[in-house]
Amino acid sequence: MVDSLTPVLTKRWLSPRSWTIKTYEQLEGYTALRKALGAHPDQIIQQCKDSGLRGRGGAGFPTGMKWGFIPQGDGKPHYLVINADEGEPGTCKDIPLMMADPHSLIEGIIITSYAIRANFAAIYVRGEALHCIRRLDGAVKEAYAAGYLGKDILGSGFDLDVVVHAGAGAYICGEETALLDSLEGKRGQPRLKPPFPATAGLYASPTVVNNVETIASVPFIVNGGSDWFRTMGRERSPGPKIYSLSGHVTRPGQYEAPMGTTLRELLELAGGMKDGIPLKFWTPGGSSTPLFTADHLDVPLDFEGAAEAGSMLGTTALQIFNETVSVPWAVMKWTEFYKHESCGKCTPCREGTYWLVQILQRMVAGNGTASDIDTLLDVCDNILGRSFCALGDGAVSPITSGIKYFKDEFLALCDKNSAVLAGAH
Amino acid sequence: MTQTSEPSTVDLSVFDEDTVARARQLISRYPLSRSALLPMLHLVQSVEGYVSQAGIAFCAGQLDLSNAEVSAVATFYTMYKRKPCGEHLVSVCTNTLCAALGGDAIFAKLREHLGSEGKPLGQEETSGEPGTPGSITLEHAECLAACDLGPVLQVNYEFYDNQTPDKALELVTALQAGEKPAPTRGAPLTDFRQAELQLAGFFEGRESDLDGPSAAAETVRGARVAADNGWTAPSMSDDVAFPPVPEKK
Amino acid sequence: MTLAPEKSEVEVPEGHVKLVIDGFEVVAPKGELLIRTAERLGIVVPRFCDHPLLEPAGACRQCLVEVEMGGRPMPKPQASCTMTVADGMVVKTQLTSPVADKAQQGVMELLLINHPLDCPICDKGGECPLQNQALKHGRSDSRFHEHKRTFPKPLPISTQVLLDRERCVLCQRCTRFSAQIAGDPFIELLERGSQQQIGVAEGKPFQSYFSGNTIQICPVGALTSAAYRFRARPFDLISTPSVCEHCSSGCAERTDWRRGKVQRKLAGDDPEVNEEWICDKGRFAFRYATAGDRFTRPLVRDAESGELRETSWTEALQVAATGLAAARDAKGVGVLTGGRLTVEDAYAYAKFARVALKTNDVDFRARAHSAEELEFLTSTVLGTTPDNGGVTFTAIEAAPAVLCVAFEPEEEAPIVFLRLRKAARKKTKVFHLGQYTSPAVEKTFGTLLACVPGGEPAALNALEEHAADVTEALRGSGSVILVGERAAEVPGLFSAVARLAASTGAKVAWIPRRAGERGALEVGAVPNLLPGGRLVSDAAARSEVENAWGLVAGTLPTRAGRDTNGILVAAASGALDALVVAGVDPFDLPDPGLAQRALEFAGFVVSLELRPSAATAHADVVLPIAPAVEKSGSYLNWEGRRRDFGTTLEGTGALPDCRVLDTLAVEMDADLFTQTPAAAAADLDRLGSNVAEASAPTVSAPLLVQPTAGQAVLATWRRMLDNGSLQDEEPNLAGTARPVVAKVSAATAVHLGLDLGADITVSTERGSVTLPVEVADLPDGVVWLPGNSGPVTVRRNLVAGHGSLVAVAVSDGPSAEKSASDRGGNA
Repeated sequence: MVDSLTPVLTKRWLSPRSWTIKTYEQLEGYTALRKALGAHPDQIIQQCKDSGLRGRGGAGFPTGMKWGFIPQGDGKPHYLVINADEGEPGTCKDIPLMMADPHSLIEGIIITSYAIRANFAAIYVRGEALHCIRRLDGAVKEAYAAGYLGKDILGSGFDLDVVVHAGAGAYICGEETALLDSLEGKRGQPRLKPPFPATAGLYASPTVVNNVETIASVPFIVNGGSDWFRTMGRERSPGPKIYSLSGHVTRPGQYEAPMGTTLRELLELAGGMKDGIPLKFWTPGGSSTPLFTADHLDVPLDFEGAAEAGSMLGTTALQIFNETVSVPWAVMKWTEFYKHESCGKCTPCREGTYWLVQILQRMVAGNGTASDIDTLLDVCDNILGRSFCALGDGAVSPITSGIKYFKDEFLALCDKNSAVLAGAH
Repeated sequence: MTQTSEPSTVDLSVFDEDTVARARQLISRYPLSRSALLPMLHLVQSVEGYVSQAGIAFCAGQLDLSNAEVSAVATFYTMYKRKPCGEHLVSVCTNTLCAALGGDAIFAKLREHLGSEGKPLGQEETSGEPGTPGSITLEHAECLAACDLGPVLQVNYEFYDNQTPDKALELVTALQAGEKPAPTRGAPLTDFRQAELQLAGFFEGRESDLDGPSAAAETVRGARVAADNGWTAPSMSDDVAFPPVPEKK
Repeated sequence: MTLAPEKSEVEVPEGHVKLVIDGFEVVAPKGELLIRTAERLGIVVPRFCDHPLLEPAGACRQCLVEVEMGGRPMPKPQASCTMTVADGMVVKTQLTSPVADKAQQGVMELLLINHPLDCPICDKGGECPLQNQALKHGRSDSRFHEHKRTFPKPLPISTQVLLDRERCVLCQRCTRFSAQIAGDPFIELLERGSQQQIGVAEGKPFQSYFSGNTIQICPVGALTSAAYRFRARPFDLISTPSVCEHCSSGCAERTDWRRGKVQRKLAGDDPEVNEEWICDKGRFAFRYATAGDRFTRPLVRDAESGELRETSWTEALQVAATGLAAARDAKGVGVLTGGRLTVEDAYAYAKFARVALKTNDVDFRARAHSAEELEFLTSTVLGTTPDNGGVTFTAIEAAPAVLCVAFEPEEEAPIVFLRLRKAARKKTKVFHLGQYTSPAVEKTFGTLLACVPGGEPAALNALEEHAADVTEALRGSGSVILVGERAAEVPGLFSAVARLAASTGAKVAWIPRRAGERGALEVGAVPNLLPGGRLVSDAAARSEVENAWGLVAGTLPTRAGRDTNGILVAAASGALDALVVAGVDPFDLPDPGLAQRALEFAGFVVSLELRPSAATAHADVVLPIAPAVEKSGSYLNWEGRRRDFGTTLEGTGALPDCRVLDTLAVEMDADLFTQTPAAAAADLDRLGSNVAEASAPTVSAPLLVQPTAGQAVLATWRRMLDNGSLQDEEPNLAGTARPVVAKVSAATAVHLGLDLGADITVSTERGSVTLPVEVADLPDGVVWLPGNSGPVTVRRNLVAGHGSLVAVAVSDGPSAEKSASDRGGNA
């Protein structure tokens, strides 16, 4: 039986000056790299496939398979781009990871670049995460100085340059093709697919885009092997996962546990609901994943479990709200976010979020009618699956799930005599 | 692409040799020059405290882009400011979770405090003469990826965690008085422009910033609980071999 | 492996797939977009961002359809403008799928929530895809009760394009056109999300030669024309297909008019020529024809007052015929036709010269020209057409390499430029033998082969030695050399081009700047050729023409005539007694002074003109003729492709040149059989062609004169938008002309002591111009000037040309704005 918490990525965070190369090397840092450079790149890809590692950025695409899509021997440069544009509401795992243990990411980058035959990698970090950018920049410099980056890494003949690239405030750049356009110095608007980044990504060359937590896992898989990785988690969603608990819990924070852990288990570790006020609703993986309620405490939080229960695992950003919070108000706030962050490229998302916000604001202000609920749902239906990228789908998640579980609260807003809930003032 | 034969009417003299050298250095970091645009706009903000028309023309000139192409990018991202900013930029998270925990109240309190003539300060407006000591630009921000520490705010992108309206007011009042209270997580506070220089990727002479705190109790909570309970991930075997090289299909 | 074919009888050719759309089985080429396949079936899926000549965007989401692949329905409706066909695909559009229909209605509703619905005052109303599709696919009422997004309107983004952001649906056709097709990314998406809008950079208007296309492809009324604004409703306009009269591209156009007045011109769709684009000159420059000073009645010079006075056609033709006949029977008459005639009109002049005036002294070249040029045109250009292997627009697109010689494509033949850019965006290597990295060099991703003006022949001759990659590229099958009108100013250049073509196997095309030049060459409006490519010097050819024209054998003059310069020298010196002058402006000629003297000293001048010019100022008889829009005819474009057009404005009473000449000839007892353009064309057809074989010129380039201290070699060519008289009366268009500046290299600026902030004065012994200067990558010792822009009229002020030596100095004072009347150059 595996322990309730399985610190792998978060283990070094407790060490003093964990962000320095000195600490990192004392704690097995860069041993995986030495090992990997002695292997054939395709062995590393195969090992990653065998491990069952799935992308930690939200979509859960099998990482080894993604690497395997990169055409080899095509004569083009290959690129690795790290999606460190953490911005999904509720998500707060990558930035602490990069601040506390930047070298684990860098080591993962070097191994992955070696595997996919990339000689240039970029870490696209959210601009607002300045301290994280500092730590990454410092770590990259240390890695260069130690011979882990640059020409002929550790005498292997493999060259790699890494650049830390600060974003500038756009949630949409977390979408991988928007991120690539942004990294190319353009407006961060999603690209048409196909072609997919694996064939035409950065500068129209084959590119792997992976999340921070995904790539930071790679050195551990190289050192521990795929079987070890699979000792944690579930068959189709193996490995440890950082669960970020926030909101009305007694001890919010980052909890690294095997995939498939439930909120009930996590809440127990976090000391339960704050002040004993009962749970009302929560997001399993950020605001773009449909809401859960107290009925979902035992849903195994892995890709399959969350999906089977009608939501998505997303980024395992568990935002927990107690009974004092109005669902329509929370939904309105999230919708304001999506309206602000819609890139504007496609009609449904751009115009739809503009409309939804106004309806919700009007309802929360007490000027709604029951037919507004129908309009909300129909506009959501005209956005969901009609937008250019997944931002539109995410934008309607809080609304449709909010109405699904808490329709009475929306109806109550239409009745001017209804009790006013906290937040909905 | 150059817009031919348009004699430049914008004065670029504010961008001195050092800035030009830095711009060139940015270009050299990337396989294709245009990738340097986002950092270069941060660089421009480190000089002027916002992206001015001169800043747009400067980037266009450095990267052989049209001013329209640069404007298209500069207006897309919220961190590029169109008006001169104060000495400090205060960003209050008002996304749902922080808002429910008090973020909206913090923002309202600061608006009121920084406003004048009974009018609260508006989004991205500045209290005081922009750029002068104690001047503050206030904005509400989207999720700042510190939800376990909410409500949070940032000053010049350094984190001030677990805020309340009163704590935030105290912080801002101190900033106005020329003090620089230490962030919960991040480097010792400087000002908006110096932060922008680092965002552009220039850290020279600021190496000690790396030692600014980063791990709040919340950050290491799981790791701590595990350590206290003796919980670990399963141990790794000593002789892990790679799978064989797969055959080419 | 052979599979038993399914029931279907449809055969699927190689490279094709079979799919089903709305129950119809259809075969489509691989890679075709669903929206196009559906359209071929007659199923129109509504769309906004989709445009067949732009890269797919998938932005508006209006064209969503349901798609089934391998028997499994895709979970979401798909944008048919971005999805390509696949074998076995089953597609359901709004016609058969409630899901697609609902999706489309949903998108339409969302597009309209922020739309101002101001159709009654919108120029686009009545021809608006948004309006049409909203009526067809939209809801009858709106559920939107909130606040609409508003913007100040309209916003001028240039002097000729107005932007209404409230009407915009952000389809990005305009920005994609500007970035992809024109290469002018001066209009962009700004802001984000619901605040996203089209715009330009502050202080940087949308200065593109192709900006008008964005108005035409805008699927709503967001981009409108300043010149056309509030002028008409589409349903009140009559549309007539037409051909552009400006450059030699021969673009298909549509002229929209009402009550006898042209309201606007639009690009026609001709995939072989201009695809769906035209330049802004072709679109916006048409009001010259309705200028207040246009001649409506014939004029004769009053013997007593010496002034022109209006008169009857009868008197004018009598006076002209008498004067010309007398001159013909004395020392002779020269005919200068200019480069803007239709094939039919040019033919009438060519025939008039031979039959009525009994002379070969006829030349269309109202610009710098040379005997070498005529040799080159005769040997290399004459008779080439798309049908006999001549270079075409599509050949340029397919060429592995293109070398532009003394040719500035964006300025001189903008649609050739667009095709070059299109080719270069795919794989074509483009080289430019010129003087600096002009916008066209940049936008065709071209390689500049820079040389001193006059040094072009030497540069070409040394290509193999110094730039073997260029000759290597030109040896690729299908490679092309494009040579422009400026080559006539460089002795030895046409010879060098012919030599390079022979040695590499590259095909050559000559791209003149004016619409009528190629046609005039073919119909014999030149001193050495009779119509149909026949040499004057060839007795058999002469007798063919004499037979066809019903002339007595031996009537046609046997020796080649004088060229333009020869005619002017002869007239000025009394060796010719009269001139017949069509659309010629002396200030386009290398020596305007000579032209002035010729017009003054010629005993008798007949001018066939639209509006007053330096020629009509000296004319004894002025015969008004019809502008292109008031007549029918054809242009022969640079490809040798005939571009027929009918009369747009009927019944104005204006007569085409061929009709005037026909009547004039009758007065002189000669029959031209050119009473109408159709009759002239028929007469020309009867004559047929018999293209002469001739050898290419072998003129060697003279040694270049080196500039001395304070001197530079002048590089100059004309810009698309300049002082040309066909752009008169178009202030909105003029506002997008490029700034008037001189260019020198950085070293030359230092050498000449030029302060780049200050103005410079460029002078010859004949005159001077003062203007701002900027640095460009010109060879040292060279100064570039626009040929005929604003106060800088190189011919008129400096009496200089490409390759002339000029003095360059820092200006003493500020550049004096020349008066508006001080402009030269017809077109």
